Amino acid sequence: MAQRQTSHFNITTAPIDVMACIGLVTGPGSGGVDVFIGTVRDLTQGKPVLRLEFEAYESMALREMQRIVEQAFAKWPVHAIAIHHRTGVLQVGDTAVVIAVSAAHRAAAFDACRYTIDTLKQTVPIWKKEVFEDGEVWVSAHP
Amino acid sequence: MQIKILAFGIAREICGGSTLHLEVPDHSTAGTLKQMLTEQYPRLAGLNSFLLAVNEEFAAPDARINSGDEVAIIPPVSGG
Repeated sequence: MAQRQTSHFNITTAPIDVMACIGLVTGPGSGGVDVFIGTVRDLTQGKPVLRLEFEAYESMALREMQRIVEQAFAKWPVHAIAIHHRTGVLQVGDTAVVIAVSAAHRAAAFDACRYTIDTLKQTVPIWKKEVFEDGEVWVSAHP
Repeated sequence: MQIKILAFGIAREICGGSTLHLEVPDHSTAGTLKQMLTEQYPRLAGLNSFLLAVNEEFAAPDARINSGDEVAIIPPVSGG
């Protein structure tokens, strides 16, 4: 019997609870959960980063996340996918994004997780500004 | 017709606000609107790229803009 595929999305200024994301996708039919955790790095090309500021076009971002998950469900036999993304001001070490994917077998979970984060970075309308000691840069904005 | 345009990220800074109201000709398309915006805010042309979304969907250049649509300027995304 085909298991129903479920998805969970959240865009929030509150800290992301990684264990809660895992809990959302874990079920008795799952043989594994693959989790990607994106965190704020202290250096960009050798320059110390003071903080990141994330901004989202929230309603559209949720629709794009839904679209990515539907694509992943069509490509791989995964059970559930959760995407949580944080917005607002983040400090070095903070969790910016979590992707959790469950499946009966690990290969599908790994592949779908990677597809989800890679595609999120390309299509979901969320932006980050890196703030340095001597200025700030919207990531990817300029050539 | 007048349309409401949302601007995010660096586009918000270039346009000087998160919501713009622009008078555009009837039968405008995403492509002609993009051109108008670039003329009004030349720094948009300096971006790697920017797209328009209409009603929360990425819009092809020939997509029609209708009165009441929610249009958004989408500069290069950088989430994750």
